[in-house]
Amino acid sequence: MKAADLTELAARNLREALLRNTLTTLGIAIGVASLVAMLSLGVGLQDLVGRRLERSGLFDSVLVRPPGAFAGPGQPPRQGPRNGSDEPAAPAKPLDESVRQQLAKIPDVVEVYPDFRFAADARLGSAGHLAQVASLPLSAASNDAFEGMQGHFFSAPDAREIILQLDFARELAETQQLQPADLLGKEIVLRYAGRQPLPPPGDTSAPPAGEELSPDEAALGFSIVSSETPLRVVGIISDEANFSGAGGFGRAGAYIPLAIAQGLRVVQGNDMTEIIRDSAATASERYANLTVRVSRPTAVPQVEAAIQQMGYSVFSLLDVTRNLSRVFAILDMLLGIFGSLALAVASLGIVNTLAMSILERRREIGVLKALGASDRDIRQLFFAEAGVMGLFGGVAGVGVGWAIGRIIQFVTTIYLRRQDIPAENIWTVPWWLIAGAIGFSILVSLVAGMYPASRAARLDPVDALRAE
Amino acid sequence: MKPIDTAQGNATVSAGPQTLGVAIRADGLARHYQMGSATIRAVDGISLEIREGEFLALLGASGSGKSTLLSLFAGLDHATSGTVFVLGRELGAMNSSELSRHRNQTIGMVFQSFNLLPRMTVLENVELPLRLGEVPRTERGARVQEALARVGLAARAAHRPGELSGGEQQRVAIARALVNRPRILLADEPTGNLDSHTGEEILDLVSEINRPANGAAATTVVMVTHERPLAERYAHRLVTIADGRVAREEKQ
Repeated sequence: MKAADLTELAARNLREALLRNTLTTLGIAIGVASLVAMLSLGVGLQDLVGRRLERSGLFDSVLVRPPGAFAGPGQPPRQGPRNGSDEPAAPAKPLDESVRQQLAKIPDVVEVYPDFRFAADARLGSAGHLAQVASLPLSAASNDAFEGMQGHFFSAPDAREIILQLDFARELAETQQLQPADLLGKEIVLRYAGRQPLPPPGDTSAPPAGEELSPDEAALGFSIVSSETPLRVVGIISDEANFSGAGGFGRAGAYIPLAIAQGLRVVQGNDMTEIIRDSAATASERYANLTVRVSRPTAVPQVEAAIQQMGYSVFSLLDVTRNLSRVFAILDMLLGIFGSLALAVASLGIVNTLAMSILERRREIGVLKALGASDRDIRQLFFAEAGVMGLFGGVAGVGVGWAIGRIIQFVTTIYLRRQDIPAENIWTVPWWLIAGAIGFSILVSLVAGMYPASRAARLDPVDALRAE
Repeated sequence: MKPIDTAQGNATVSAGPQTLGVAIRADGLARHYQMGSATIRAVDGISLEIREGEFLALLGASGSGKSTLLSLFAGLDHATSGTVFVLGRELGAMNSSELSRHRNQTIGMVFQSFNLLPRMTVLENVELPLRLGEVPRTERGARVQEALARVGLAARAAHRPGELSGGEQQRVAIARALVNRPRILLADEPTGNLDSHTGEEILDLVSEINRPANGAAATTVVMVTHERPLAERYAHRLVTIADGRVAREEKQ
């Protein structure tokens, strides 16, 4: 029999026992709905976490430090290629501007920047407050820590501006009986420990701060002097906003543009080691570490490998993401299994309905065989009936599942708003889930129809024709 | 049972088979069933030859094996031993799909209880063998109308079997059996559920089908009945079956 005739006959047969077949189809629909609801929740949560993590800058960053830098307790050294080969890495140069440019040339690297972090005394009027100050590259503007901040992000890469953490802003404002928001637009003075090159022996006049050092001067060391710089407050970010990149921008009391931090000649932790190294007499400034931002998290391993080849230690949170993906895969699987349970129960309904149908239609099956229907025709007819129930059940189930999702989303949004938490989309129904759920529903129905269909096909026509 | 009206009977019986080919030949055909420890010999070594164009009546008491013999000719049942050739092809050598094709194309079946599908209209019932035979949709309408016109029910195509009388239902069943233009019509007690008048009408129709018309070859008819008078009136040959064997053969 042709497919069109089969489908037509199947649909006609289903209409015949309308109530029973509708109930069976409804069972499938509920099964599919629970599957869709469960998986949409899994996918939605995964999307939510993925979105958050991507914007946090955690997983597209690689922290580069001089060799052996991560060899502390609890942090195994990650030198050399990851595949565990014992090839010795090339001797690495200290992290300076030339290395920074070299790193920037690695494919998929978006930017490379140093991280400056120092203690400073922020002064508003006469009162001062000690704070941790960190540098931020301009690309940090897209970080969701700055979402909903008071004021705005740095207006230019080298703007003499500062963004305060709310806690710190509050402390600072209290000294002047002000509200934190009042600090916006005000100028504060940062006092910090600055490096000043030592004058050559015999020369008593110190070069003015900010002047470039010659290699010879650097080789001679430097003195630490108290320095100051005025900065305008342009933004205040909330206490909750806490970004911690892979050594990138950890939490601090105040943030300043990277270019400004670089020009301040602040004393850094690595200065002490650099000054006693043989290779100290080089032209440019050394960085304690560099953060390499990669275009996408999947490119992180190859970038890490390339940097390791250059002889540096690397650290990224990629392994954490991998674990997270595994957790979500397991979560999706569990949700899928629970969702499928209802569908499994519904499939028993199909077996039951079709088995009943065979009993009722014994004579009809006999007549069809007498008129020339082959065993295959009969099998396909029952298969088609199961498939049609699966199709309708699947479509209805996706609709119901989607509706359940909208309701859960609606309720969650209201709940989150009541808790003063911004609403989040925890519900995603991707097209592949819709297509997959309908396909799965048809597949399950066909599998459920296998036994009744083959039983119907095997019916002895002589016996079947005798049936009352 | 209706008394035999010889004059009328002679008037309705056709002139006999027009062609000399063999439609069905059974050689030592047997069908035994096992029921517990007992063996039921429904058909027990029947040898029979039915010529093309012949109208043969199989007579016998209930349980004599005549319906089983018809099922064996139809390829619905399998012989325990012996062979049956239909239009020169041995049914025992056919596989399941060849047997289906045989039932669809070579033979048409009519049953005592009509066996129409109640939820389908007359038209859809008659169309069923064409669907199973994968006849193109464009041809089906005309073929169904032709078959319904032959049984005089062209106007009832949209009705459901439940809306028709017994005689009309049997006519629909005959139209369904004829729609694929089979060369053999197997009728199992076609008048069994009908009053005598309607039964005669149906047999008039069957007899007409058996007659060659418009240059077309006659349709061979094998009819199972226990109504001897009707058989005598319409059939060319009467074969009485008893205990699964041919008990008597009478030519009309």
